[in-house]
Amino acid sequence: MAPLAPKSGDAIFASVERVNAELFTLTYGAMVRQLITDLEEVEEVNKQLDQMGYNIGIRLVDEFLAKSNVSRCVDFKETAEVIAKVGFKMFLGVTASVTNWDVEGTTCSIILEDNPLVDFVELPDTCQGLYYCNILSGVIRGSLEMVSMKTEVTWLRDMLRGDDVFELQVKLLKQIPEEYPYKDDE
Amino acid sequence: MASTACFMIVSKHDIPIYEAEVGTVPKKEDAAHQHQFILHAALDIVQDVAWTTSAMFLKGVDRFDDLVVSVYVTAGHTRLMLLHDSRNDDGIKSFFQEVHELYIKTILNPLYLPGSRITSSHFDTKVRALARKHM
Repeated sequence: MAPLAPKSGDAIFASVERVNAELFTLTYGAMVRQLITDLEEVEEVNKQLDQMGYNIGIRLVDEFLAKSNVSRCVDFKETAEVIAKVGFKMFLGVTASVTNWDVEGTTCSIILEDNPLVDFVELPDTCQGLYYCNILSGVIRGSLEMVSMKTEVTWLRDMLRGDDVFELQVKLLKQIPEEYPYKDDE
Repeated sequence: MASTACFMIVSKHDIPIYEAEVGTVPKKEDAAHQHQFILHAALDIVQDVAWTTSAMFLKGVDRFDDLVVSVYVTAGHTRLMLLHDSRNDDGIKSFFQEVHELYIKTILNPLYLPGSRITSSHFDTKVRALARKHM
């Protein structure tokens, strides 16, 4: 029998290696700063962050599945719960909650009340269109794509823009059936 | 009691990066320029005094009529300068210490370029609140 999916990532979080939170926050900040300097347009920075997140996500999902002992999720609802409760805890040390399901069960919101990426950060007037944490949406998109779910992840609320929480909308576009790289009779 | 106070942060390259009139005296048109002028003139003295002591808080480095200049020099040689006519030394010292903390938070912001103007309205509100609290 497959092991039961853990209800929270606390145990895994306690066992994985960690880095100093300030080092992490400032490193991410320095990276965003450099992207703004290099690309000049905040729209381009948003795209680049999303792409970087995607590249992280497609690799990170393997580590996640290897270490977290979660079993196959039966539906998208369970997937979202696992991301919020186990995934976020394991890699960011915070727990998110899942709400705002639509009737078909394909769209939901992941709510982050605490986000270590944005300590110290305040958006200046010159960066108003920036989604500072856009890397997170890319990570979710990338990792779900690797487990055959095509999703669209957008920011609905952002604390840096004056909202009270971070809200990520995750929309399931389609499930991609697993494709075998060769046919049986070849 | 009405008091005059002008607060300014000067970067290590001698460029003013933040300025606020925090006194309770009604604003006069030419006073702001005069305050800038006095603080500017005090920079030379600060430079001399700063290296003679290990203290960060330099109280009363310069005076002009009944206005006194007190300065707090951070480790990175950013100068927090206050022109004041009150004699509340303890209040001024704690004002500087708390503004210093705010300033540290500001420079930790990855989107703020060290040495550029501090335009954050949050910072401005906090500094004015601290000024009311301590002076």
